[in-house]
Amino acid sequence: MKPARFEYHAAESVEHAVELLTRYGGDAKVLAGGQSLVPMLNFRLARPAALVDVNRIPPLAFIREDNGTVAFGAMTRQRTIEFSPVVARRLPLLREATRWVGHLPIRSRGTIGGSIAHADPSAEYPAVLTALDGEVVVQGPRGRRTVRPAALFETYLTTSLAPDDLLVEVRLPAMPAGAGYAFEEFARRHGDFAIVGIAAMVAREGGRCAAARLAAAGAGPVPVRLRSAEEILERDGLGEAALEAAAARAAELVQPDSDIHASAEYRRHLTRVLTLRALKRALGVTKS
Amino acid sequence: MSATRWIGKSVARVEDGRLLTGRGTFIDDHPPVANLWHAAIVRSPHAHARIRGWDASAALAMEGVVGVITGSDVAKACKPFGVGVTAPIHYYPAATDKVRFVGEPVAVVVARDRYLAEDAAEAVAVDYEPLPVVVDPERALEPGAPVLHEAVGSNLAGHRRLVYGDPDRAFADADVVVRERFRFPKYGSTPIETYGVIARWDGLDGVLTIWSNFMGPFIMHPLVARVLGLPENRLRFIVPPDIGGSFGIKSSIYPYLALIGLTAMKLGVPIKWIEDRREHLLASSSGTDRIAWREVAAKKDGTILGMRFKWYDNVGGYIRSPEPGCSFRPTGNFVGPYRFQNLEVDASVVMTNKSLTGPNRGYACGHLYFETERMMDLLADRVGIDPVEVRRKNLIGAESFPYRTPTGGLYDSGDYQATFDKALQAAGYEALRRQQAEARAAGRYFGIGLALAVDPSVSNMGYVATALDPQFRAKPEYLPKSGAVDSATVKIDPLGRVIAILGTTPQGQGHQTIVSQIIADELGIEPRDVTVVDEMDTFTRVWSISSGTYSSRFGSVGTSATALAARKLKAKLVAYAAHLMGVTPGEVEFRDGGVHLVKGKGVPYSIKDLAGRAHWNTESLPEGMEPALSATAVFGFTVAKAVDAEDRVNSSNTYGFIAEVMAVEVDPDTAAITIVKYVTVHDAGTIINPMIVEGQIYGGALHGLGGALYEELAYDDDGQLLTGTFMDYLVPTASEAPDIEIEHVVSPSPLTTLGSKGLGESSSMTVPAVIANAVSDALRPLGIGITELPMTPSRLHALIAAARGKTRS
Repeated sequence: MKPARFEYHAAESVEHAVELLTRYGGDAKVLAGGQSLVPMLNFRLARPAALVDVNRIPPLAFIREDNGTVAFGAMTRQRTIEFSPVVARRLPLLREATRWVGHLPIRSRGTIGGSIAHADPSAEYPAVLTALDGEVVVQGPRGRRTVRPAALFETYLTTSLAPDDLLVEVRLPAMPAGAGYAFEEFARRHGDFAIVGIAAMVAREGGRCAAARLAAAGAGPVPVRLRSAEEILERDGLGEAALEAAAARAAELVQPDSDIHASAEYRRHLTRVLTLRALKRALGVTKS
Repeated sequence: MSATRWIGKSVARVEDGRLLTGRGTFIDDHPPVANLWHAAIVRSPHAHARIRGWDASAALAMEGVVGVITGSDVAKACKPFGVGVTAPIHYYPAATDKVRFVGEPVAVVVARDRYLAEDAAEAVAVDYEPLPVVVDPERALEPGAPVLHEAVGSNLAGHRRLVYGDPDRAFADADVVVRERFRFPKYGSTPIETYGVIARWDGLDGVLTIWSNFMGPFIMHPLVARVLGLPENRLRFIVPPDIGGSFGIKSSIYPYLALIGLTAMKLGVPIKWIEDRREHLLASSSGTDRIAWREVAAKKDGTILGMRFKWYDNVGGYIRSPEPGCSFRPTGNFVGPYRFQNLEVDASVVMTNKSLTGPNRGYACGHLYFETERMMDLLADRVGIDPVEVRRKNLIGAESFPYRTPTGGLYDSGDYQATFDKALQAAGYEALRRQQAEARAAGRYFGIGLALAVDPSVSNMGYVATALDPQFRAKPEYLPKSGAVDSATVKIDPLGRVIAILGTTPQGQGHQTIVSQIIADELGIEPRDVTVVDEMDTFTRVWSISSGTYSSRFGSVGTSATALAARKLKAKLVAYAAHLMGVTPGEVEFRDGGVHLVKGKGVPYSIKDLAGRAHWNTESLPEGMEPALSATAVFGFTVAKAVDAEDRVNSSNTYGFIAEVMAVEVDPDTAAITIVKYVTVHDAGTIINPMIVEGQIYGGALHGLGGALYEELAYDDDGQLLTGTFMDYLVPTASEAPDIEIEHVVSPSPLTTLGSKGLGESSSMTVPAVIANAVSDALRPLGIGITELPMTPSRLHALIAAARGKTRS
């Protein structure tokens, strides 16, 4: 479990990082929090010619609220997000999801940009990004652009980013004031990647559902936005039958695979169960 | 006899200061010799393949590489290891002709550092001809299955049918017969420290020195010497003072002692190899996966008349000693805490293309009691009585101790009814049943499990021969085996302080603390005045075949040897003081840290005073007394006897008892199991340090929980390990730990000096049973009974979904 030989570069700026990535023509990896990449290096599952360390680029770590959007520098640590007052106020769903991320030492190093760029479909942040339909800002050799989650996640551990692209920022729309939210997750142990996780947000206007946002983690090769389940709520309201129908629809929308931890059938089943629980908790229906 | 001021107290562990501040000395802290080179092991990617050849030329040409040893070198230089069965199974430290499991060593590369060694290991070309694979023990015995060892002709490494009493009669007389089939998973222990070996060959003296975190049994020393063709007094094993956990697993390091030792001999440089976590999960050791068929014959009131066990134990690609202990280690306690006299055991030891097995905390008792205790619940269900009653009805009575089991075990002491009652009371069994009734009425799934187990410790190595046919054992050239031995030396320095030297290899058990408590009580001094040295060295320590820290032996053998050594020394002090006082030894006594006149007033002699005089002025010693104040005691159990012609053997030396109650609630929608209550009551005889005992129970319970819910070395049909990292091989952590309520009953062992018994394996052997019973009880309304572990949520969900489907239709 010693990595194969690689070169190491501490990038001094975003431009420098992109330049280094370009120089290696796809054979370099970005080192962010290192919580997934370093084990892969040690297992020699990843054998890049070089690592481009972006930990020493100070402008990459920030949380900024601006015009209904909360922007995160890619290198913002999960631990920082967990305790951010801005996140608590404007994105409580993200705060709740953060508590499901690994363990304290992992959150202390792990970053929001790293988690999203790593694109593990069982991870929490890609699901939140998908549910809230945020965007990521990417810097490449030809400048900056933004990418929406639907265009970002391609399959397991694979995004549409080019090898010389650097994910520099994550933007999430602030949740409407008073919106209900819940992140429900089932994992075999505390801190493991989800077998299935559900991110839910519900904004109500009186008895009406003004907006519902739902996404599933762990239920397929990419995080799944459960749009037609959301539509059931937006159309039929938030009664028990609508919640059940939305949960049942959610289970139809996912295409989970089987692995050592769970069968596809179980994951589909959990999608329904956890969607219903997430919605109920989001509505404050259930007593804790 | 001195008062017990320290025994029974939770004295803080003297080890913890250095361990918690990172000052322990583990194998990887060791550079015992300069200019160490580093080894990486090339391992098979195939589960089953013929090796056509090796080509190490590319590796040898790489920068920093000093040499490569292949299986071909091993075949030329080594004898195969002795195995515990008569089948012709040739097991070498590395594959010589075929590979038989993924991860099997095929070559060793030695380089200036581990990074270069791993680079070069990738460059060793091995030409494999892949062969068909079999991983399931049942399929491995079918005609036409791929055969791993051609010389054996099948995959059956050994088979014994053991008959005690008249089981056929018992089944003929039974009112009810209950049958079930079980599967127990393959799992290990994942100690935080992996294997580590350092080897140096001294060509001039002809001595091979091996430092390693090997924990015994030291029967492996002559075994390794034979493989390497070395005289035993030219092979030196040294064990560093600290080992980072073992739980039995590190006894199976010995093939690597031979492999790295051979590499050091061949290449002429000192070599270090530290196993990495990937290697550990892939190829260190585990318990067996087992398929079991069980039958119980009983009267309609629940009285058991007899049982039948049939087992397929999967030992992997070879059979590595002390296997087939997987089948026979618990021979003396096959019947557990129950009275029945008729038993048939049909044990098949099967080889498949999985990694090798060996002792793992509770060695085969987790399997045994999972099956037996599930059967007790099935029997209770069948005869329609409470699971408590069916157990009470069959328990060995307190008046029966010492109790000889039909399989040869000698249960030294206990009060099983009282211990069981204490567990039921502590758990509030009746209240739990009421809680269950309420939960069920509300449509919830709440269940209560029970498990009782005889906790065997200090294996008598004679049990290993149970694997051999009695006819074979009857041959004159067959030499019987028996024993369970440990030594201790206690010496007093010229200023009266004490040093105790052990031949043990602690892995975190706190031997230094325990020994200091015992000696403090024996000599009337403070524990801090005792320094305990436990760095095993086969050249300098007193040891024997059964030495080592395994099978929970220190708590009874090591402690007895320590107390006896201290008493020997005390007797010498008494005789010496009497001589100085001019009285007979009968006129003085040892108390309060000195020797006093029994009657009358006289100045007592303190230990310090006596030590000074004895060391500085040997003329003051009585005639015939040996100079120097030291004493060595070697304690061996006299009840450790060889297996008899009827296959009866007292396979352990002390037998504790465990009674557990667990309540769980199962969420039928997610299949999550919540442990609501868990009570465990232990009788391990005299308790020397309650804090250390509790630590062992917590650890054992968590280990059992791992096997019951989380851990499995799972393979696909091609023999590839599916759980090769800690992301997939799930070990319970503090977050998964339930609240554990611990109680004790104390039935001192009449066989040990202090009345203590072993307890290191403890609840690892009961938790799989108790939680399987609790979950089965919870899901009883759905007609679900657990027969297979681990109960992963996905598996449990499949059972629940199938049962609900059935109830609906």
